[in-house]
Formats: sequence, C-alpha cells, structure tokens
Amino acid sequence: MSAASALQAPAATRQLLSGNEAIARAAWEAGVRVGTSYPGTPATEILEALSMYPGLHTEFSVNEKVAMEVAIGASMTGARTICSMKHVGMNVAADAFMTFSYTGANGGLVIAVADDVGLSSSQNEQDSRYWGRFGHMPILEPADSEEAYQMTLAAFDLSERFGTPVILRTTTRVCHVKAMVTVGSPREQPIAQFAPDPMRWVMVPGNAGRRLPLLHKRDGDLREAAEISPLNRIEEGTDKRVGFVTSGPAYLHLKESFPDAPILKLGFSHPVPVELVRAFAKGVGQLVVAEETEPLLETELKAAGLTVLGKELLPRWGELLPNVVTPPVKGLLGEPVETDSRPTPTVFPRPPTLCVACPHMGVYFALSHMRQKVLISGDIGCYTLGAGHPWMALDTTICMGASMGIALGMDKARPDGDTKKSIVAVIGDSTFLHMGMQGLLDITYNRGNVTVLLLDNRTTGMTGGQNNPGCGRDVHGEVAPEVDFVKLVEALGVKKERVRVVDPYELPTLYKALREETAIPEPSVIITNRPCTLIDEYTRMVPFRVEDARCTGCGACTDVGCPSIVVTRRGKEIRKSGNEVELTWVTIDTSTCTGCGMCVKTCGADAIVGPSLIKSEDI
Amino acid sequence: MQNGITNILVAGIGGQGVMTATEILAQLAIAKGNDVKKTEVAGMAQRGGVVNSHLRFGPHVLSPVIPAGCADILLAFEPAEALRWSKEVRLGGLVLINTARQLPPVVSGGLYPYPEDPVGEMRRAGLTVYAFDATAIAHELGEIKLINTIMLGAIADHLPFPVDDLKEQVLSRFRARKPALAALNERAFEAGRSGARAAA
Repeated sequence: MSAASALQAPAATRQLLSGNEAIARAAWEAGVRVGTSYPGTPATEILEALSMYPGLHTEFSVNEKVAMEVAIGASMTGARTICSMKHVGMNVAADAFMTFSYTGANGGLVIAVADDVGLSSSQNEQDSRYWGRFGHMPILEPADSEEAYQMTLAAFDLSERFGTPVILRTTTRVCHVKAMVTVGSPREQPIAQFAPDPMRWVMVPGNAGRRLPLLHKRDGDLREAAEISPLNRIEEGTDKRVGFVTSGPAYLHLKESFPDAPILKLGFSHPVPVELVRAFAKGVGQLVVAEETEPLLETELKAAGLTVLGKELLPRWGELLPNVVTPPVKGLLGEPVETDSRPTPTVFPRPPTLCVACPHMGVYFALSHMRQKVLISGDIGCYTLGAGHPWMALDTTICMGASMGIALGMDKARPDGDTKKSIVAVIGDSTFLHMGMQGLLDITYNRGNVTVLLLDNRTTGMTGGQNNPGCGRDVHGEVAPEVDFVKLVEALGVKKERVRVVDPYELPTLYKALREETAIPEPSVIITNRPCTLIDEYTRMVPFRVEDARCTGCGACTDVGCPSIVVTRRGKEIRKSGNEVELTWVTIDTSTCTGCGMCVKTCGADAIVGPSLIKSEDI
Repeated sequence: MQNGITNILVAGIGGQGVMTATEILAQLAIAKGNDVKKTEVAGMAQRGGVVNSHLRFGPHVLSPVIPAGCADILLAFEPAEALRWSKEVRLGGLVLINTARQLPPVVSGGLYPYPEDPVGEMRRAGLTVYAFDATAIAHELGEIKLINTIMLGAIADHLPFPVDDLKEQVLSRFRARKPALAALNERAFEAGRSGARAAA
C-alpha cells in the first residue's frame, strides 16, 4: 500500500504509518480546520501528509512565526488547528505563542514540535520541553506512531478542556519511524466564528495582567489532570531493584533492555505528576530518570524532594538507545556488561554532498576560487554543504536567515578601511523569504558592504522540495502569486545596478560578477536562477563524456565537486621547471550526468565532450 | 532471532532505493501478521550520504532500533556500506552485498582510502557473506533502478516467508501502476536470487 493510500485508509484498519503521518491522520480525524507549518526535518511530513486530506486549509507559511500566528488566528476563531515545526522553528515562533498562552486557545490548538535528538539534520539539539515550562503549556510525549496518533487526539481534547495550546513533543525517532497504527474516523466539529472579546484577545498590559492569575490556576489544574491522566501509566515489573521514570521513545529502548524493570511512563509529562512519581518511587529500589535530552523531569523531581538518579548516570545529549542505557544501568545493578570484542571496521566518512548538476556547485566553485579574498557567511539549506569537500567555502552558519546579519556584523566589526577581504552572504530562496529579507533590509539601511548571493533554485530543497512563495505554487501545487526577487531586493534598498541575475552554470560569468560586485563597497545582490535538479522544473540534458586521450589530468573539473565526475587514476609529473605536480584523470558517470555543462567550462584541454556532437549525429 | 523478533538492517547510499526495499519487506511482514517497526531516513542523509534502515518484525516490537550487534541479516547496496554496519550483525548472521563500489568525492579525491577487501574482512569477522554485483545485473537488464529489486531477490531465500510471497509483494507495486515493468522486475528479482545463491 502506498503512503498516500495508507493515509486515506478506512477506519478500524491497521496501517504502517510514520509518527508524522500518524499525527496528520489524527489531526484530520479530530476535525482540524487549519494546519500550518514551515518545512524542517524531522517535522516536514506532518503538514505534507495533512495537505492530502480534504476539507481543511493547509499551508506552508513563510516562517514558523507566521505559521504560529495563522494557527492562533484560527484557534481564536474557534477552529481546531495544528501548527507543526522542527525544534528550532519554536525559537522563531516563540514571540507569538508566549503571549497566546495568556489568552488561551479557543478552538483546540496543538503545537507539534519535533526535536532532532541525535542531530541527524539540524544545527542544534535543543529540548523543546523547556517551552512548556516557559510558556505554561502542557506537554504530551509519544513514544511511537500509535501513541503519536492517540496523543494527538487527546491533545485537542486537552486543549479545549483547559483552554490552552498543547505541545506535542516528538523526536526524530518518533517522526521517522514507521509502526502500526489503528486508525479511526473523522469527527465533525462546530462551525468556527470569531467572537469579539477584547479583554481576552487584546493583550495590552492591563488585560494581560488580568490573565496572569488564570494562567497560574491553569497550571495547577493541569498538574491535577496529569496526576490522573491515562497517558501516564505504571508498569509494575518484577525486578524492583531499579525503576525508571521516562518519556518518549526512551521508554521503548528501556523496555527492550530491561523488560522486567518497573517503569513509570509519562505521556503527559508536563506539568510533572510529582505525586504519581512519589508513589511509584516507594515500590522500587533506586529511581532512575531517563529523558531525552535535558534533565527537566530530574530537576523538578529533585526539587520535590525525591531521590533520583538522572544525568549523573545517563548521557546529557543524544538518544538513549538500548546500547547507550544498558552499560550504565547494569553498572548500577552491579552486573557485568557484555562487550563486543570484534574489531570495529574502519571505513571512510560518506558525508552528504550536493547532487549531480546542483546549481549551488557553480556558486561554490566560484567562491572556492576566490577563497583567499572573501569571508563567506552561510545559511541553512542544501548550500550549507558548501562547507564540505571540495569547496570548503563557508565561514559561518548559525540559523535561518542569519547569513546577512552576521555578514553585516563582520563588516562593521572590522577596522574602518579594512577591505583585505570582501564579505559575502549565501542564502537560498526559501530561507531568504523565511527570515532573510529583514537581514538584507538591515544591510541596506545601515549601509553595510556585503555581497549577497541569493541562490534561487525555486524550491525548499533540503527538506525534500516544498514549494514556497518564490515558486508561484502553493503546498497543493496550485498557482499562487510568485515573488519577483529582483523587485523585492530593490524594494529592500539595493540599488538597481547592484542587482544581477546570473546563470550559475555559466561559471566564467558568475565568477566575473562575483569579482565585480565584491570590489564595489556597497550592498549588492547576485541572484542565481537555475532550478534544483530534483524538481519537475529541471530538464535533464544529454550527458557529457571525457575523451581519455585528451584528458591531461589537470583535475580542474574536480573542483566543481560533481558526483558524476569520477577519478580513474592519479599520478605525478615533473614539469620542465622541476616542479612536481599531482595529476588526476577522470571519467564521467554517464548514468548520472544530466548534461549541465559546468565541468566543460573548467576544461582547458576540451576533453569533455557531449551533447552538441551527439545531437548532430542524431540529426 | 531474539524474542521472536527478526532484525534486518538495510544499508546503502542516498538515492539507491534503500528505503523502498525496506518498505516492501515491512509490508510483507505486516501481511504475514507481524508487528513491525521500521526507521526512515530523511533530510541531509539523502544527499549522497549514508543511509541505513532498521526493520524489526515479530509478535511485538518495542524499540525501533536493532540492539547493537543483533541484526540477523544485513542487506547492503554497496560494499563499504556493508563493512561500515557489519558489526551490527550478530555472530553467524548473514550479509548480502552488492559488490559494485561507489566512491564518494572524499575517496576519489584521495582524502581517504577505500577498504581493500570489505568482503574478506567481514568473513574473517565470522559473518556469512554472499556477495555479487547487482549493479552489473541492473546494467545488463538495462535499468539501474532495478538494483532495489535485485537485492530483494537476494534476500528472498533467507526470510521466514515463502519466496513467492516476497516476489508478489515486489511485483504488485508495478502491476498496479506500471504493468510493463512487472516482467522486467520479475527477471531482476530472479537474477538477484540466483546471484546470491551462486555466491553462497
């Protein structure tokens, strides 16, 4: 059964669903009217899956803050709403939800936030459970797809019962694991209509102040609800020497490793049901708190006077996998730890890299050839891979949209007149629209000297090719207004003559544009205009090939970094000057080459030949 | 096998069809009445990076992650990737390998060596290894994407399910959407099965 048909499966059937798909299915069944998100691994597929269901509005918003605001508006109007994002998206959205917590939800609002425990695809490993404490919101933590489905349904009820947004906290190990889920049927929800109530919805100081006692009362009510919630359960176990308090997928890893141990599994983990833990603690020898990643339960339980072991025993970061939890707990029990004495094989790293014919390679080829003359401020997207081999052409990456602000900071921090290196910011189309526009406006407003490379590949590439306002298509693929990047950056204050649109496959043109713009001491924007090779808009052409007899082994083409260029042999040669040079002969993997022609432009020996010859033969 | 759970690790490189192969195995396990958990890989790893997928099935599966050194079978789409994950296979476990090497830029660029004899190294570590060139078979059949089906053919004789049921699980995907490809995939499946048998 395909993923799409599993999503649409009839009620009471069991389906293999990822955690993200299970959340989407439950949201649809719960009668969600509005679903918002911004793409980000591991949360992206929640909204993608939800967009396949009928009868509701789904959108990839321009960023998580806007996604949260749209969700808040829908909840205020009385509609059930889900807002999903990756953990770092919560930082962007925080301004909105920290105050919405005061007004409280009207239609049930579930904030599905996915933490990237283990850093599979993120710049940090922050623990989103802090937001529940910070924003006075309950937190539900599923361990697998079935629980993600059940807890999403429960979260909407909880949200409406207590008039609060609910955080559904998942991790990569929930989002991207497929497991069996018994699905149900959709429920009708009342028609939403906004009821004006300025005392509640207009958060001026006076009104906000009157909400504070309600907020704290709600905390108490939620704590009582957590104490008796069926989402928190005790599994008695038979070996009472060590008992675990745990949440999320760590529960499954512990159960796998210590099947006989008593476990208090917290699904409704904040506010912490302290009395439940206290009762559980009485029946076990030692109490161990196993939580990914920060010691939040642990700290709160210790503050409540309980004796628990937590991060002094288990790691502070990363997943609490079976092989991670077993040795320290066995140590605690005084049991021997089995070790695998087999040698660990040595294998080269295989880091992710840019795809064959990726237009970003043209940009990094050019930047790597002026590496000594530029500082390169990077951003979040596929083009972050420019930091890797062979380009090594990024100096900074922090967060979405940061490339420009950081570039401006580097520019302003150096002594006046220090122009030894030009400062370049590299950002993609989706990231620019997410949070980059403000940074560029700051560069123009504060008269910075930064050259911005705006890599418009017409998609949100790293997360799998989602549409954005630059594509002229919405999440359903339907036509939407298309952002004109040239006009946009001009409107943000970049002079018309300092905005160029360049084909990144035309390496000499791109290199020349970069040299010229970095030499001019004012803001400039170079927009590259080739589509991502993984989207429909990309047209494959006839592959090129290398004429071995003509290849001199200069290796210039390998600087492009294209995976289709394969080294066949290496050698050394003593030149007439007496200098020894390293030589690298190549071939092209014609099964993957798309005929973009970037490498052709690096070959001084004209050894890379292709389409024109083949085409003329065809004619 | 531990507690009635079968642990299969599928490994390769982004874009080789590792996820699809695992999905097909998972669907068969479900059809046979098993509880199933399967890890996915998304995001950065898809860009030519390392991809591995854990598939666990049996009466009741807890952790979706195969405990260290407990994989019953490693189905590897590339020899260095097989070696990378080989310690996850239990002693006496089976490794099925496509021997066609894929060199990442860091290797072809001379920064790291490619392991000299991945198959021999795994055999010396006490694993049963069936290695054959699935990529060459795919080229012979005229479609590189068939590696997926060829590797599923290779594992067919080693699952607790009838071979024909796996074949049907593979082919039904094509019968529904692209019937013309069903016959080609059937040949690929059988070629993979023969390939693994000949390497035994």
